[in-house]
This record gives sequence, C-alpha cells and structure tokens, in this order.
Amino acid sequence: MYWNEKYETMPREELKKLQLERLKQTVERTYHNVEHYRKAMQERGIEPSDIKTLDDLKKLPFTTKQDLRDNYPYGMFAVPMSEIVRIHSSSGTTGKPTVVGYTRNDLNTWAELMARALVCGGAGREDVIQNSYGYGLFTGGLGVHYGAERLGASVIPTSGGNTKRQIMIMKDYGTTVLTCTPSYALYMAEVMQEMGIDPKKDLKLKHGIFGAEPWSENMRREIETKLNISAVDIYGLSEIIGPGVAIECKEKRGLHIFEDHFIPEIIDPETGETLPMGEEGELVFTSLTKEALPMIRYRTRDITRLIEEPCSCGRTHIRMERVNGRSDDMLIIRGVNVFPSQVESVLLEIGETEPHYQLIVDRVGTLDTLEIQVEVSDALFSDEVRRLEQLEDKIKKEIETTLGISAKITLVEPKTIQRSEGKAKRVIDRRKF
Amino acid sequence: MKIKQISVFLENKSGRLAAVTKLLAAGNINIRALSIADTSDFGILRLIVNQPDKAYRVLKDAGFTVTMTEVIGVAMSDEPGGLAGVLEILEERGVNIEYLYAFVGSACDDALVMFRVENIDDAIEVLKAEGVKVLTGEEVYSL
Repeated sequence: MYWNEKYETMPREELKKLQLERLKQTVERTYHNVEHYRKAMQERGIEPSDIKTLDDLKKLPFTTKQDLRDNYPYGMFAVPMSEIVRIHSSSGTTGKPTVVGYTRNDLNTWAELMARALVCGGAGREDVIQNSYGYGLFTGGLGVHYGAERLGASVIPTSGGNTKRQIMIMKDYGTTVLTCTPSYALYMAEVMQEMGIDPKKDLKLKHGIFGAEPWSENMRREIETKLNISAVDIYGLSEIIGPGVAIECKEKRGLHIFEDHFIPEIIDPETGETLPMGEEGELVFTSLTKEALPMIRYRTRDITRLIEEPCSCGRTHIRMERVNGRSDDMLIIRGVNVFPSQVESVLLEIGETEPHYQLIVDRVGTLDTLEIQVEVSDALFSDEVRRLEQLEDKIKKEIETTLGISAKITLVEPKTIQRSEGKAKRVIDRRKF
Repeated sequence: MKIKQISVFLENKSGRLAAVTKLLAAGNINIRALSIADTSDFGILRLIVNQPDKAYRVLKDAGFTVTMTEVIGVAMSDEPGGLAGVLEILEERGVNIEYLYAFVGSACDDALVMFRVENIDDAIEVLKAEGVKVLTGEEVYSL
C-alpha cells in the first residue's frame, strides 16, 4: 500500500534526476533570497551554477542550529512574510528558540509526506487515528493531524495528557491507530492496566506510529505486546519540516527517507567529510521542495547510517537506521531537549568558575529522572548547613527555569565525579531504551 | 580571642569521616573538638585542632573542600545553669548564634563551648564585658 505510488516507487535513476533538478532550484533560490546562504556560498567561492551533479552537493556549506539562532527569528526565510501561513518553534532550550515557517505549498508538501508516512505505517482512510502528539508550537501534533486529514482518516485531536480520558476515548470511539511518543504509549499501557482495560478485548487498536524521541527494539516489543498492536518508528525534525521526513514500513528494517523531497548524507561529525554509503555518522539533510525555509546540508546531530539495499515493500527510497545517538551531547529527557552546557551556564552564574558536575539520567517506571551532581568547591562551600541547602535550592530552581524540567540536585565532594583524560564525564544515561 | 575552626564538606557515605581523621593522624594533628552537621545527602565536619593551619593544608592537598572559619571558645562553670547564663547574655545583646558545640573533655574544671556567631567581634566584646571567660586560640590549641 502506498499513498503516492509514482514517487514512492520511482526508479532510482529517475529519482536522482528529479533530485538534481530540485537541488539546483533550491540552491538558486536560497542564493538569491537568503543572505546567510549567499554569504556562506560566496565565502567558499561557489555559485549556484557550480552545482551540476548530485555529487556537487559536497561543495556546499553546512547549515547548523546556530545559524538559525543567529538569524532569529525570520532571517533564514526565503520568502516574504506575506507568503508565510504557519510558524512553529522549538522549545529554545539552549538559548534562542528555533523558528520555522511554512508557505501554503509547504503545508501541502508536509500533509502529503505525513499521509505517505501514515500509509507506510499501516493506516488507511477507514482508520480512526488518535493523535496524542502535543498540539501547538511543537510540529508533532499539527503535522500528524494534517497528514491524517489528507489521508482521509478520522482524526481525534486529543493532544497529549489527561491519560484516562485518552483511554476512555480510545475505547469508546474505537481508535484503530495511535500516534504519540513511544514513552507515552508505554505509559498509556500502564494506565490501561490500572483501569482494568485489556487492549485485546476492549480496544480496536491495530497500529501505532511513534517518534520524537529515541527508543529501541526492546521498547517496540514491549509496546506491541502490551497494546496488542504493530508499532513503527517515525522520524522528523522541525528544521527540515517536522514529522514525516522518514518512516519505517511493515518490514521494520530502517526508515524510508522521502528522497523526492530531501537528500540525506552521512558525514564524519569531526571532519565534515562525507562518508561512504553504509557507514555510520551524522545525518545531514538538504531540502528539495521547501519554499519558506529551504535547508542546505542541515546538520541534524543525529547519528545513524543509510541502507541502500532495495526494500521488499517496493519503495525505492533509501532507508536510515533507527537513530542511535547524537554527535553533540544533547539528551532528550521527558521529551525535552537538554544540553549539559545549560547546566554549566547555570552553575557559572551561581558563582562557579569551573564547575564540575554530572547529569545522571535514569528511567523509573516509564518516567525519566534527572539528577545533577555538583562538586562543592571552595566558592560554593559554606560551613553552615542552611546555606548549602539554600544553594541546592537555588541551583534546583535555576535549572528548572533553564531546562524546563525538574532535577534532583546532589552536592558531592570534589574529585568524586569521574574524569577521563582530565575532562569530567558529563552524562551518565542509565535508561534502557 | 578568635579560634580557628576547620570545616570540611563530606558526602553522607561511609568512610568519609575516617578518611579525614586518617589524614590528620598522619600529619600528627590532634583533634580538640569536633561536631558534624548533616542532611540526608551531605555533612559538614567542624574541627578544632592543635595545628589549624597545617590541618587546613593537609586536607586541602588531599582534595577536600575545606574552609577556615573563626569561632569563640567560652569557658563556663561546669554546673547547672552554666551555659544558660552565657546564652542569656548573648540573647540580651542581640548576638545571633549560628551553631555551637561542646568541647570533648578538658584539662580544667570549666566546661568549654565553641560558638559560631554572626558578628564575632561584637560577641567577644559583649562576653568579656559581662565577665565571661573567653579563651584565646593558644589556650584552646594547647589544651
């Protein structure tokens, strides 16, 4: 089953021709309409006419999250604001948020890609799709929503939260497809158990399309067993378009990237060299059809590898393996992006010159926990318990304001945090995905 | 009139206090008095020793977070009401006490109590004006 058979099963040679044609247009458009890209290309002595083959993509400069921040909020847009019909943004956890915009055509493309993704994940127009991704600035909710409508399925826009009501709706309205984060799916399964609801008997659920955070094969098996469904992984990021960049098919062996709209590359995150097909490295995307926010070689920081071998589902689009890490030190805790550097800046403000700290992330039940251990240096130390408790409290509050999630603060003795080659190990992630 | 007190940050786990006392023993430093204030996560060890500067260096070199603070050593009659009398004076004069702890044994007949106060100079003046016996550092270290 395909949503768009022509494009999804397009012979590779033809697909490559289409990609080149669209790449040339994208480079041309960005060069003329976005100052950042023009400058970046000029610095490398490149003009749009230098892009003659797909291999020439390598000549183009990378784009990073920092570039988006430097051009906050609309500096990277390639169309006038009158053409923008939607704006989404990231939580902005490491400073300024990332703002993304869409033209009417972009929303059209997005809905098309999400419709493809839903079909790829097993959904059809007869289905009742309960969309429990958060609606709002986050691209997850509305992205899935418009795709499901495009598909012609019945969408229930429950958004996240209020789990018991979600389950009641699932049961009474006969939900057949659930879309949410994998951890929320697991949590729902637990609450169902408490409520005495047996998915096998009481629900009509068949498929789950889960993403927006890392998960594993074990977690998939657990969700599939507990909810009595087939679960697939969906991938996307707002800078590229949102959910619907790549998705697993029924084979569940890698996620098909919609290559008629995006070109993936794998690079060495240290050197920026493009790596040979099949090698693991950082995933980089170039958008081919986006109007409002075209992206040239955007560094996702996600670590994966590409799979070139044809897939038995018939789709000719290349697959990427499930993301298995980050090239920076970003953590996703309870759905929130966390960088250790944010903790560092909080400690610096509190009066530490060179703070030694460690983030310990764990999962208790289905909930992520964060503990931050801080070495007590002379600058922080007081010989009064009250003062040290005030310090803990202050760090806790600042961390909560900065990260958007709460953390347990533990003061520890100097040199107790393990250092490798003189540098402290900043993160211990004990979660088992 | 001020007595040097060594405060050490300790995690609330086994062996930490022993680590401190071992270091002091190796440095031939004698503990005159000590107190521990603790929470569920950490504790603060406060020490009066015969060689405060050396103790500070030894602990610091071993990587401990150490601070040197000043406290007042007060001698009072070792009988009911001894401490009450001193506290009454301090309260009347509005001297705020952060914490206090008693000395472990002593060579004299008096009971010795270490006071940590907000304004140490004022407190010493107040006590002396009221005829309370305030000990010097030398007196305490050499006990």
